[in-house]
Amino acid sequence: MAEALNLTDDQRPERQAAALKLLDILEREAPFPGAARIGITGAPGAGKSTLLDALVRELRPRGETVAIVAVDPSSQRTGGALLGDRIRLRSGSSDPGVFIRSMAARDRLGGLSDATHAGVTILALVFDRVFIETVGVGQSEADVSRLVDTLVFVANPGTGDVLQFMKAGLLELPDIFLVNKADAGPIAERTVSELESGLSLGERSDAAWTPPVLLTSARDGSGVHQFVEALDAHRRHLQNDDRISQRRGEAARALVIGALQRRYGSFGLQQLGGLASLRSRLAEDPTPSAFTRIARLGAEIEEALRKSD
Amino acid sequence: MSDRSERKRDRPWVFRTYSGHSSARASNELYRTNLARGQTGLSVAFDLPTQTGVDSDHPLARGEVGKVGVPIGHVEDMSALFEGIPLDQMNTSMTINSTAAWLLSLYVAAAERSGVDAQKLQGTTQNDIIKEYLSRGTYVFPPEPSMRLISDMVAYTVDAIPKWNPINVCSYHLQEAGATPVQEIAYSFATALAVLDAVKARDDVPDEAIPRVVGRISFFLNSGIRFVEEICKVRAMAELWDQITKERYGVEDPKLRRFRYGVQVNSLGLTEAQPENNVIRIVLETLGVTASKKARCRALQLPAWNEALGLPRPWDQQWSLRIQQILAYETDLLEYADLFDGSFVVEAKTRELLEEARTEMEKVLAMGGVVAAVENAYMKQRLVESQTARSRAIEVGDQIVVGVNRFTEAEPSPLVEGKQSILKVDDAAEREQIERLNAFRNRRNPEEVAAALTNLKDVLSSGGNVMPASIRAAHAGVTTGEWSDALRELFGEYRAPTGVVARQTNGAGPRTQAVRERVRALSEQLGRPLKVLIGKPGLDGHSNGAEQIAVKARDVGMEVVYEGIRLTPAEIVQSARDEGVHVIGLSILSGSHGVLVTDVLALLKDAGLSGLPVVVGGIIPDEDAETLRDAGVSRVYTPKDFDLTRIMGEIVDVVAESSADH
Ligand code: B12
Ligand SMILES: Nc1nc2c(ncn2[C@@H]2O[C@H](COP(=O)(O)OP(=O)(O)O)[C@@H](O)[C@H]2O)c(=O)[nH]1
Ligand SMILES: [Mg+2]
Repeated sequence: MAEALNLTDDQRPERQAAALKLLDILEREAPFPGAARIGITGAPGAGKSTLLDALVRELRPRGETVAIVAVDPSSQRTGGALLGDRIRLRSGSSDPGVFIRSMAARDRLGGLSDATHAGVTILALVFDRVFIETVGVGQSEADVSRLVDTLVFVANPGTGDVLQFMKAGLLELPDIFLVNKADAGPIAERTVSELESGLSLGERSDAAWTPPVLLTSARDGSGVHQFVEALDAHRRHLQNDDRISQRRGEAARALVIGALQRRYGSFGLQQLGGLASLRSRLAEDPTPSAFTRIARLGAEIEEALRKSD
Repeated sequence: MSDRSERKRDRPWVFRTYSGHSSARASNELYRTNLARGQTGLSVAFDLPTQTGVDSDHPLARGEVGKVGVPIGHVEDMSALFEGIPLDQMNTSMTINSTAAWLLSLYVAAAERSGVDAQKLQGTTQNDIIKEYLSRGTYVFPPEPSMRLISDMVAYTVDAIPKWNPINVCSYHLQEAGATPVQEIAYSFATALAVLDAVKARDDVPDEAIPRVVGRISFFLNSGIRFVEEICKVRAMAELWDQITKERYGVEDPKLRRFRYGVQVNSLGLTEAQPENNVIRIVLETLGVTASKKARCRALQLPAWNEALGLPRPWDQQWSLRIQQILAYETDLLEYADLFDGSFVVEAKTRELLEEARTEMEKVLAMGGVVAAVENAYMKQRLVESQTARSRAIEVGDQIVVGVNRFTEAEPSPLVEGKQSILKVDDAAEREQIERLNAFRNRRNPEEVAAALTNLKDVLSSGGNVMPASIRAAHAGVTTGEWSDALRELFGEYRAPTGVVARQTNGAGPRTQAVRERVRALSEQLGRPLKVLIGKPGLDGHSNGAEQIAVKARDVGMEVVYEGIRLTPAEIVQSARDEGVHVIGLSILSGSHGVLVTDVLALLKDAGLSGLPVVVGGIIPDEDAETLRDAGVSRVYTPKDFDLTRIMGEIVDVVAESSADH
């Protein structure tokens, strides 16, 4: 497993080609819908890591295996990175049913890198649930939402990050809201009502799902069980009417566009006839593997750029 | 010339030596010898399993039993530790924190068994959990329940063991973790206020008792080589404490507002190179806390000249005790009133420290106090920053350390040349302790044990005081691991923030930049950024070295995984594999590198990772370094390797060599 991640992380061209081949096969052959892919986002210190630890302790006794990708968006590929803050407690870090990999965000623009995408794809083959922990700083919510089936926002009560979050217009993305540190008392309840009133104003793309707002305490474990129930409910919701195929399809297209945009800029996209035409092309393209699409379309752009030189 | 016999001298402070090892019986012998040599109080060092609440046969205790202190697993161990020492006449200081309530209970039970009433007991439990999260590392439970245990102990002892100092608020360990004098004062005082506020808020402690409670709070300080500043620091602390206790708790009696403190002088600055120089450092540091009568320490313990080499032998400790005796009995220090009253220079510096400390303390209080400032990592991050500044200053030569970065050319030291100059704890100690523990478990009454544990849990979950139920458990034969497990069940376990943050430090010198360039080039060859795991296996809590290595590795462009202290070899190997690192760096200062490194290497082999290079740093005697290299360790580092940039360059070499092998 770790070996496969090392491969997909490798920037050397011959390894990249091998990785692409592997990912392509994996994406085609993987059982559908396979592992639950869950994003956990929120401000630093909200308790995401501690919550993940509590989740591990809830899920492992049921026999479920768990992989966690912890992304540190503050660090770039060449700047060096400190990835120590993986998980707070020791709930089974020597248990083969739990896998944790930390990654520097790598991309100069602060977006999640292809390596993260690859990591999730690989881990989803082996583990029952794959979590991505990332710090919410606007852009990254949108980024993670493309990699996951369920996006969870963790609010830190009384810190004002909920308001910021609402101002940034990000309220429509998460499928589940958690107000953590319930043990802190009334301040947590106040944050719940703030969120609820914020939510009642907004429109959501999936009208059939009302995102729940739950109180949790990663500290004493309260609400964690309900959180798992909410995760399962959202998964069932997605599986109804095959919403999950739609969601993954849309997410994969957004991923491809995002990756091409980051690499080649809007000038690059123009080589493919611009954004709108790329969108319709992707919608028709039957290739299920996002990795193959990125590679093929990338090659096309490079070719076009070479010709225009 | 006045007649010698007529001169009035102050009574000296209490002379102590921090000691204990192998077993209760061996430590008892040591204590009796020390008392016979003129030591006037006892200072008990417990081993790490006892300090972290696991029994001697627990997997995490492997290699640690009896190593850096005495193992105390139950009431009979405690009785053996003090055999022949009358507890009603002894002043005992116990360096115990997360399990302090338990060790005090064992002490009370042992006293009662020898016919001594708890009312008569005198001494101190260290019991400052905040600095455990910040520096010392033997915490177990989360901050809030831990603070509750402390407040229980304060509330209980104020009447039941009135001569006991239930807590010794520590700034000592903050300085050892790199703290500046201002940080030492601010964070220790904020801790003291958290304890007093908690006690004040209790229903079972009447308001009239608060001044007495304030009067029982004592401190444990450090004294570094900048002894003039240290003199000002202790004067500032005495003054600030007097102010705060009056303002905040309305203590009218000046005696109860007195700043009482014990000291261990600085060890962080004691060197491996030219170790004989350490004696001079220790003497100067001692002046910092004895010279000013107004703010003189109540008790003093000194490290030994061979501090950076390993554990001191009885002779080494005796030499340090002699320093105290010469200062107190031969010099005229104790014949004078305060030497600094009226000194403008001392007064100005004192004022400056006091003001700055008050500001920093108020910052922490505004954050919600020390518990909040532990959880949000504020204080720990400040300490790591200070330590980083210190490491840099030494590396580039801005801070001179004689024998280390200046005046390194020297005669070989006759104290260490070809000699075994440290204490070696017999490896049989662990096995024997486990045998005694098992024999004890078989002897006790299982029903009484079970009932006492159930009672303990009931009392704690209904908000009762931990002490009476623990004393009962001590008498019933509960073990240290059982008591702690009962509390773990209720409170959970905690991992504190590492304080190592992803903030980029600027202003790298040319040497650092050169290594950064090499890291970049090698990363390109490897296909992805050079990734390193810094691991701290075992119960060892010494984190300074690992933190500094982690920060430096990040600064030269590596991806660093550092998860903090107290991991098992299995956890470290699994992290190394899952994270896909190119090299593992282990940091071990507790002396148990033999067992722990062997375990890591064996597990790596089992995981099919025998090609993954491992480097090790810490307190590693030369012969052991040899053994480790033979076992496959690529490089071994010790305190004399202060040049972090060079270490990073060598790590790049190690990874380059190993990737060339594949
Ligand atoms: C500071 C200190 C403390 C501080 C630690 C603060 C902290 N958070 O780190 C405090 C006061 C808390 C402390 C407590 C104890 N200490 Co202490 N402590 C020291 C001291 C004085 C300095 C260590 C230090 O931090 N040096 C500065 C750092 C930067 O240097 P370093 O760790 O050596 O790292 C350098 C190299 O070794 C190397 N390196 C280290 N690790 C790594 C890792 C990698 C990957 C690499 C490449 C390099 C590398 O590079 C670093 C850069 O130069 C030493 C003695 C000494 N002078 O060395 C005793 C010492 C380590 N402590 C000792 C003991 C016994 C204890 C206690 C266990 C006592 C007790 N019974 O309770 C406690 C409990 C601690 C615990 N939980 O484990 C003993 C250990 C004995 C042994 N090995 O046989 C020592 C040697 C003192 C002695 N002679 O008795 N201690
Ligand atoms: N009181 C309380 N503290 C919590 C809770 N969850 C996390 N914390 C604390 O909040 C801090 C940040 O937690 P962490 O999991 O690292 O946050 P992250 O940055 O979101 O991953 C730590 O000190 C945790 O102990 C909770 O439910 N209650
Ligand atoms: Mg986190």
